[in-house]
Amino acid sequence: MSSIKPFPKITDLKRLKLLANYIRQDIINSLVAAGSGHSAGPLGMADVFTALYFNILKHNPRYPEWGERDVLIISNGHICPVQYATMAQAGYFPRTELKTLRKLGTRLQGHPHRGALPGVETTSGPLGSGLSQAVGVATAFAMDKKPNRVYCVMSDGEQEAGQTWEATLFAGKNKLRNITAIIDRNNIQISGHTEEIMPLEPLAEKYRAFNWQVLEIDGNNIQHILDACNEAKTIYEKPTVIIAHNIPGKGVSFMENDYLWHGKPPTKEQAVIALAELKVWEEKIKKGAD
Amino acid sequence: MGAINPQAYLVSNLWSQDLPRVKTRDGYGKGLVQAGEKDPKVVVLCADLSESTRSEWFQKKFPERFVEVGVAEQNMASLAAGMAMAGKIVFISSYAVFSPGRNNEQIRTTISYNSWGSKPGREINVKIGGAHAGISVGPDGATHQALEDVALMRMQPGMTVLVPCDEQECEKATLAAAAYPGPVYIRFGRAEYPAFTTVKTPFKVGKMEEFRSGKDCTIIANGPLVYEALQAAEKLKKEIDCQVLNGHTVKPLDGKTLLGAVQKTRCVVTAEEHQVQGGLGGAVAEFMSEHYPVPIVKVGVRDRFGESGEPQELMKAFGLTADDIVKAVRKAVLMKRKKA
Repeated sequence: MSSIKPFPKITDLKRLKLLANYIRQDIINSLVAAGSGHSAGPLGMADVFTALYFNILKHNPRYPEWGERDVLIISNGHICPVQYATMAQAGYFPRTELKTLRKLGTRLQGHPHRGALPGVETTSGPLGSGLSQAVGVATAFAMDKKPNRVYCVMSDGEQEAGQTWEATLFAGKNKLRNITAIIDRNNIQISGHTEEIMPLEPLAEKYRAFNWQVLEIDGNNIQHILDACNEAKTIYEKPTVIIAHNIPGKGVSFMENDYLWHGKPPTKEQAVIALAELKVWEEKIKKGAD
Repeated sequence: MGAINPQAYLVSNLWSQDLPRVKTRDGYGKGLVQAGEKDPKVVVLCADLSESTRSEWFQKKFPERFVEVGVAEQNMASLAAGMAMAGKIVFISSYAVFSPGRNNEQIRTTISYNSWGSKPGREINVKIGGAHAGISVGPDGATHQALEDVALMRMQPGMTVLVPCDEQECEKATLAAAAYPGPVYIRFGRAEYPAFTTVKTPFKVGKMEEFRSGKDCTIIANGPLVYEALQAAEKLKKEIDCQVLNGHTVKPLDGKTLLGAVQKTRCVVTAEEHQVQGGLGGAVAEFMSEHYPVPIVKVGVRDRFGESGEPQELMKAFGLTADDIVKAVRKAVLMKRKKA
C-alpha cells in the first residue's frame, strides 16, 4: 500500500465558495501581470475547478505523479489561468509564481505544457484533442483494471471540432465508465455566441445519441458540481458528461456574458474595479449573504 | 576497389534473380508481435486498416492489448498520447497519408510537444507506423501515396524518423522503436521488395550502416532505394567506385558517419521514395552545406503528386530505379571534377 495520503476533501460549502473567490482574484492578478490571456472562461470555471481540486479529485499536490491519482485533462488549454490559480491555491507551487504567467522562462505557459509544470497532465490549446487524450488515459486504466478516474474539461466551442465526436463515439462504444467529461457551457467563443457561430443545441441529445449519460447543472453552483461529479461515479454502464452551464466572466460585472472578454485580459484600471467587486463578494460569502 | 561490406551481413546471393521479394509491412507485423511478447506495456491501435498494416497479427496474439478506433486518425493519435501518459508503449497504425498526414497537428501537440521536456521515463511513447508510403502503393493512386510524410515528421522536435529498407529491417526498426524513448515514426511501403538484409545485419537507431565501400561517390539511400543503390554501385563498378550507406534513420541524422564518409568521396547522391525536399535528401543537404559543402544530387520525387500504375512501372516513371541512381552518380562525380 502506498504511504501517500490523498489531499483532504473540503466539504464546507462556505469554505469552497471562498476558495473560488480567492482563485478568481488570483486569475485577475495573473492576467493583468501577463498583459494578455483569456478572462471570461477562467472566471466562469472557477467554481468547477475549486470543486475538482478541493473535493472531487483524488490527488496530492506534493506528489503530482502519484500512481493512485485521478487524472484531470484540460482540453480547452486557454482557460489555464484558472487551473494555475487553483493549483497554486492547493499548494502545487507558490502563489507568487502566478505573476510569471506567459512570461519568458515561466512554468506557466500561455497554454499549459506537461513538460513545464508538474501536475499539468497534458499539453493543450489546439481545441478538440483533449477528450481523445482523456479517453486514452481511461482506456489504459480500464485495460489495467485500475480504479483511478479520469476527468476532462472541455469548452463548448470545441464541440464544433470533429475530433471531439470521434472520441465521444469511441468512449460510448467502449462504455468507459471511468471518465467524466465536463463541458464549460458558457455560450461564448472568441468570435461571438456559440449558437451564432455554429449552433450546438440540442447538445445533451447529441451526447445521449452517442451513448453517454448526460447531467446538466448550474456550473457556478458548487453544490451542483459536487453532486453531479459524485453521481457520475455511480453510473456504471456509460461515460458521463456534465454540461456545466456557467456565466463567462462570473464575478466581474463588466465581463459577465460578454464574448469580447473571451480572449483579453483586464487593463490595470479594469483590474482594480474587478478586484474591488470580488472583494465585496468575498465579504458577502463570509457573512453568508452571497 | 570497393566491395560489399562483409560486416553488413547482406544475403550472399545479392544479385540472384531468385532473391525473394517480401512485403516490408510484414516486418512491421512481426515486429509488433515480438515487441508485445517482450513488453506487456506494448499496445497497438489501428484505424480500420489492421489487415493491410499487418497490425492484425498483434490483434490475434494479444486481443486484449489491441484497440480498434475506426476511421478516426486524429482521435487515434491523441488517444495514443493518453494511453502513453498512463504508461503504455503505443503503436498507431494506418496509411502514412492519414497518419502522420491527416493527424499531423495532433501528433505535433499531443505527442511530440507533449513529450518535449519530459523527465526520463515520462516521455510520450507513441510509435507511428506509416504504411503504404511512397508511390509504390501503385494502382490506388496519388491520394494514397504519401510522399511528404518524412518531411512532416522530421520537422517535429523530438521525433525520431526510421525508414527501413526491407522486411527484415522493418522488423528490427519496429522492435527498436518499442524500446526507444519518446515518439518514433516508422515508414514503410506496400509493394514487395528484395529481401537482402539478414538477421545479422546491424541496425541501431541513429546509426548509418555502410553496405558497400567505395572511394569516388557516397550514395545514401533508405527504404526500397537501398537495394537500387547497391545495384547502381554494381553497374558502375568499372567506371565509378561507389560507397553505399543505409540511411534508415533520417532523424537523428548520423552526421558523424556521413561526414567521415563524404570527406573521402567528396560527392553525394541521395535516393528515397519521397519528395526530394524535406526528406533524406533534404536532411543530408542541410547537414553537408553547414559542415562540408560538396556536390549533392538527389534522387526522389520532384514536387509532384503520384498517380495510378503498377509499382515497378511507377518507380521507373518517377525516376526511382538503379539506372536513375547511376545517372545521378555520374552527374555528382562530374560536378566534383569541375569543382576541382
